Amino acid sequence: MSDSTKLSAGPDIIRLEKAQKVYHMGTQEVKALAGMSISFQRGSFWAIMGPSGSGKSTAMNILGCLDRLTSGRYVLEDQEVSALDDDALSELRLKYLGFIFQSFNLIPQLTVQRNIELPLYYLGLDTLESAERSKELAHKVGLEGRLHHRPQELSGGQMQRVAIARALANNPQIILADEPTGNLDTATGKQILNLLLELNEQGTTIIMVTHETDIAAYARQRLLMRDGVIERIEGEGTGQ
Amino acid sequence: MRQRKFVRNIKLGMENLLLHKLRSFLTMLGVVFGVGSVVAMLSVGEGASKDALEQIQKLGSNNIIVTSMKPADEEVSSNTRSFMSVYGLTYEDHQRITETFHTLRQTAPAKLIRKEARLGEKFLELRVVGTTAAWFDLIQRPVIAGRVLLPSDEKDQLPVAVLTEFGARRLLAGENTIGQSLRIGGDYFEIIGIIKSETSEAANIQIPDQEIDVYIPLTIARTYYGDTTMRITSGSFQRERVELHQIILQVDGMEHVEPTALAIEEMFKRFHKKKDYRISVPLALLRQAEATKRTFNIVLGSIACISLLVGGIGIMNIMLASVTERTREIGIRRAIGAKRKQIIAQFLVETMVLSTIGGIVGVGLGVLIPILITHFSGMPTVITPGSILLPLCISVGIGIIFGLYPAVRAAKVDPIIALRHE
Repeated sequence: MSDSTKLSAGPDIIRLEKAQKVYHMGTQEVKALAGMSISFQRGSFWAIMGPSGSGKSTAMNILGCLDRLTSGRYVLEDQEVSALDDDALSELRLKYLGFIFQSFNLIPQLTVQRNIELPLYYLGLDTLESAERSKELAHKVGLEGRLHHRPQELSGGQMQRVAIARALANNPQIILADEPTGNLDTATGKQILNLLLELNEQGTTIIMVTHETDIAAYARQRLLMRDGVIERIEGEGTGQ
Repeated sequence: MRQRKFVRNIKLGMENLLLHKLRSFLTMLGVVFGVGSVVAMLSVGEGASKDALEQIQKLGSNNIIVTSMKPADEEVSSNTRSFMSVYGLTYEDHQRITETFHTLRQTAPAKLIRKEARLGEKFLELRVVGTTAAWFDLIQRPVIAGRVLLPSDEKDQLPVAVLTEFGARRLLAGENTIGQSLRIGGDYFEIIGIIKSETSEAANIQIPDQEIDVYIPLTIARTYYGDTTMRITSGSFQRERVELHQIILQVDGMEHVEPTALAIEEMFKRFHKKKDYRISVPLALLRQAEATKRTFNIVLGSIACISLLVGGIGIMNIMLASVTERTREIGIRRAIGAKRKQIIAQFLVETMVLSTIGGIVGVGLGVLIPILITHFSGMPTVITPGSILLPLCISVGIGIIFGLYPAVRAAKVDPIIALRHE
């Protein structure tokens, strides 16, 4: 996509090596990730699956640079993430990542346009550029004409489209989707998944957490987790 | 670029505040009343002291005023018929002072006698001030017509008189004044000039000149009226012998005023058996008044600042609630890539916008209140730039101080938890 110099860096956009995440709950230690190693290739579409408590949410937080590993390595776009401080993690999220959530996580008091513009604001784009880009994005997800609505005036599917438009605003390399269809009916969910597929075809790497097999079927590769480790990998990719 | 971003931040902050108009308004109210009361109180305090200060300044800050005073025990014994009370400043005192103190630039001795003045058919009870030309240097008043007394009038013993504007109005009523002859008591004086006079309104300060004054050369006053005055009160005579009623001294520098006053006091203690004089130092009064004013301002200001503080706490309270309420929003912003300091800036800008607007509205209120006070009660109020700027700065400061904690709290929100927050 836009960051063409990074393409030559190698096919792996994300690499986890012996990733461990340990939570302390009182005196107990809980290993949410118990030494997991995996690489995600540029342009791939992964589904991470597993029962609750399998560590898929923790994995998502780690991949999303929202949380740090207890031990092991996380390399994103050839950058050692584990060593970075909070500001640098924010910077990474801003530059490389786009988030889509089950509950959409739009800011209710802002209009659709303002929601889409949010990453652009932090990127430092001026008002005019932002407005233009948000219009473009709204068009891309089929929401032109809704720019001045507030999220609560939209249907679930429309809200998720806004979320996708927002996730795309910064031209991310990777989109992290956490149960993106969880709050949607099947038909709308399908539309959203098709939109994700379309994005993936355009080159964006997509990592999606889900617990539904028929939704995971949209992904080209599936990572099954259990107890903080990889249980199985399905599909065309390679894992460790 | 930075500046534009700042402006944009403020705009976003305002938008956010406008989303909760009532809440923002109520939050602001604390600061509005706080700033309003600080401005109002300062202006009332300033107004109250301004009058006193002005009156004192009219006395001249380089002057020392020595006044004759009837000793307290004299009052009782003077009830006997033949008794004559002798007290007060003497010509000798005056001479001694002028010869002793080289720090004095000028001295104006004065004899004060009450006499009835008559001009044509009009008459008026006047205070005859027998003095020298120096008086008009020490107590400078604008000359309306003619001239004031000159040293030559004294030397030549000319029966000339200078009237005040008030006296001239009463006695002359628009007629050509200069050169007319005025009868004071039993003697005639030529009116040579008219000056403006001050009226003293402050309770504790006696200005040397009065509006019913008429000024004549000291030597004339002495030869015409003598040193003894007689007053008839309900069947008994009261005779008094006072040579000089007042001596006004001008010291050559402000730093010499107080030492000279002390030295004169010492000298008087030696030559006067009774305390039949009073030494007043306008500069000391001025200092005292200024100190009082400062205390007044500090006390009033502190009380008003407490209300500002309450306003600030109100803001903090609401902002903390707002942070909790907007936890999810903070989480979303953080996930998208907002840095901690950007979250801090966002919330801090909101509180600062609140407190600054509150401060501006408060200044408006604070300016209005003293105007209304003056309008309805006649109490003087003075609004100085300082009494507006200070509360305004404090209100902005309060925005920073009380906004910082909620903003930092907001920035510390863990995005993972915040995103799950309902």
